[in-house]
Amino acid sequence: MAKIIVITSGKGGVGKTTSSAAISTGLALRGKKTVVIDFDVGLRNLDLIMGCERRVVYDFVNVINKEATLKQALIKDKRTEGLYILPASQTRDKDALTYEGVEAILNELAEDFDFIICDSPAGIEQGAQMALYFAEEAIVVTNPEVSSVRDSDRILGILQSKSRLAEQGKAVKEHLLLTRYNPSRVANAEMLSVEDVEEILAIPLLGVIPESEAVLKASNQGSPVILDTESEAGQAYQDAVSRLLGDEVPHRFLEQVQKGFFKRLLGGK
Amino acid sequence: MGILDYLLKKNKPSSSASVAKERLQIIVAHERSTRGQPDYLPLMQQEIIDVIRKYVDIDQDQVSVQLDNADDCSVLELNITLPDAK
Ligand SMILES: Nc1ncnc2c1ncn2[C@@H]1O[C@H](COP(=O)(O)OP(=O)(O)OP(=O)(O)O)[C@@H](O)[C@H]1O
Ligand SMILES: [Mg+2]
Repeated sequence: MAKIIVITSGKGGVGKTTSSAAISTGLALRGKKTVVIDFDVGLRNLDLIMGCERRVVYDFVNVINKEATLKQALIKDKRTEGLYILPASQTRDKDALTYEGVEAILNELAEDFDFIICDSPAGIEQGAQMALYFAEEAIVVTNPEVSSVRDSDRILGILQSKSRLAEQGKAVKEHLLLTRYNPSRVANAEMLSVEDVEEILAIPLLGVIPESEAVLKASNQGSPVILDTESEAGQAYQDAVSRLLGDEVPHRFLEQVQKGFFKRLLGGK
Repeated sequence: MGILDYLLKKNKPSSSASVAKERLQIIVAHERSTRGQPDYLPLMQQEIIDVIRKYVDIDQDQVSVQLDNADDCSVLELNITLPDAK
């Protein structure tokens, strides 16, 4: 049985698609058969970040409408073994996804995948609610910035009341993924720290992804940043994937380079 | 606050993140407390305020409406601070 994980945030542009691409690739690299689904109907983008945009023939909505089979619509990733992408539709019809249709597809995927990653659209309305409804776990992508933190809290409220598990009186497992973190701005007290955000949202920390030029470079090339193993962002995503799989991994890249170095010399962590 | 104070304060970065944190803590706590409330509540609150205003001159923030869910009943709590009687 597959584990269904939604990558969500409330606020737009915080790094959900970047994280969906990185985490699904990371899971596949760890030998887990993974499918990543773009729930952003009308604004398909995951295909570009994954570098498979020219191979899209059928999409999520085609499968729901039975215009194509799941097998026809799934795109096998060329770089990473065991990774598949289900692209979003470009339709402008907001009601193209139905709960019954999505459930049927998830059930079918669950039969032969280990992980199903759902890349949510922004917002807290129907599209975002559809993406999170069937999830067992949620990765809440947050930037260290007031509006993003507030929206994350609102999406947590929706996870706790409007998800399928919540309706059954159970809880979705929540993870905080703090992205675009800038340690030197935190050191100057210009930016909320990871501790600040943890304290406000009060959910377990899955990872901290530093602000990194490697992310833009990766998206330019259509190659998930986790494959850039030299980059801090890529390494931070690898750590997050390890934690998702239950490994205990210390957090890295939380401090300014020099400061971290001196602290280590002094015996700090 | 003078312009100089303002500029100094603005240039002092140490306050920026902590201001953000404080504001967030307040708004998040407020929004959590209203979570799950029926959608009609804000409108009902506004209408209650309008009715009271017909008789007494009060400000928006002198009225608080809160819905608490106990085990098998809900309690609507209405708190109005009336101005001093003249
Ligand atoms: N760690 C990072 N460092 C630098 N830039 C980043 C980082 N993470 C994301 N970005 C940039 O932020 C922008 C938005 O990222 P992304 O598309 O992943 O967000 P999103 O949450 O999926 O957006 P939407 O809500 O529109 O779906 C992109 O330009 C991306 O390159
Ligand atoms: Mg996106």
